[in-house]
Amino acid sequence: MEWIFEPWPWYIGGPMIALVLFLLLFFGKNFGMSSNLRTLCTICGAGKSSEFFNFDWKKQQWNLMVSLGAIIGGAIASQWLSFDSSVAIHPDTILKLKELNIESAGMAYLPEELFSFQALMQPKVLLILSIGGFLVGFGARYAGGCTSGHAISGLSNLQLVSLYAVIGFFVGGLFMNHVLLPYIL
Amino acid sequence: MRQLLFLFIGIIFGITMYKSEAASWFRIYEMFQFKSFHMYGIIGSALAIGVLMIQLIKRYKIKSVFGETIIIPDKDKSFSRYAYGGIIFGLGWGLAGACPGPIFTLIGAGFYSILVVLFFAVLGTWVYGRIANKLPH
Repeated sequence: MEWIFEPWPWYIGGPMIALVLFLLLFFGKNFGMSSNLRTLCTICGAGKSSEFFNFDWKKQQWNLMVSLGAIIGGAIASQWLSFDSSVAIHPDTILKLKELNIESAGMAYLPEELFSFQALMQPKVLLILSIGGFLVGFGARYAGGCTSGHAISGLSNLQLVSLYAVIGFFVGGLFMNHVLLPYIL
Repeated sequence: MRQLLFLFIGIIFGITMYKSEAASWFRIYEMFQFKSFHMYGIIGSALAIGVLMIQLIKRYKIKSVFGETIIIPDKDKSFSRYAYGGIIFGLGWGLAGACPGPIFTLIGAGFYSILVVLFFAVLGTWVYGRIANKLPH
């Protein structure tokens, strides 16, 4: 059982995601995490001013429970199932990130330069996190799904439009990674 | 009872996101640098099993545990919304290094800065809802 405490290789992570997809289908639901963002808007009262948010959010309660579970799962995994949470990315990537002043590359789970409390005090970092979050939320709903809804559920169901979306994810991600991030970081 | 079940499925998902490092900004950065097979392996193997699973469900008309036919709704046919929305999502994914599932996982893992990402992701969703009828779909 030692392997549980090590970082999980892809051939465990991938099948576990498939298991989550199976369980949700087997219990009569579909896998899609970004729908919860819409539900949160509705709970905050967005349904009063917009048709898009005017739905019975209680029907999505099960999905909020999945999100709550994901939070608890993150806590369990980081507190009790990990000795060392640093992420062993490729040495070339570590070098590249160090050139971009991300010194914590290879030594942390998330870059401290972007996610520590001290970093949050910097306007630039606050902008990175807010714009990043905004684009994720806006884009996911515009595309009708995120990584779970399109790359996993949609493609598994051989939906051609999910392929368009996933190609879009990569076009946007590659452009950000190679063209914009070197100027931003 | 049913709600507890979904909580449990979420816990499996959260543990998987954290332990497979799919919730790590570094892994997303590395994926877009094409420097490791890791993320492609995760998505690819989940997908391979997923395709097989859904084909079997459809062929043998497997019912859910509650005796209902498992229905996986087809997505609306279109191009622009998936292309534009996808690219916008990708820009955010590449920047914040987290998609919606991992955002929740990282809150639990104690990275509270991710709450900023979550807040703005909800805001982005809200803005989309307000202007959706003016956007090409």
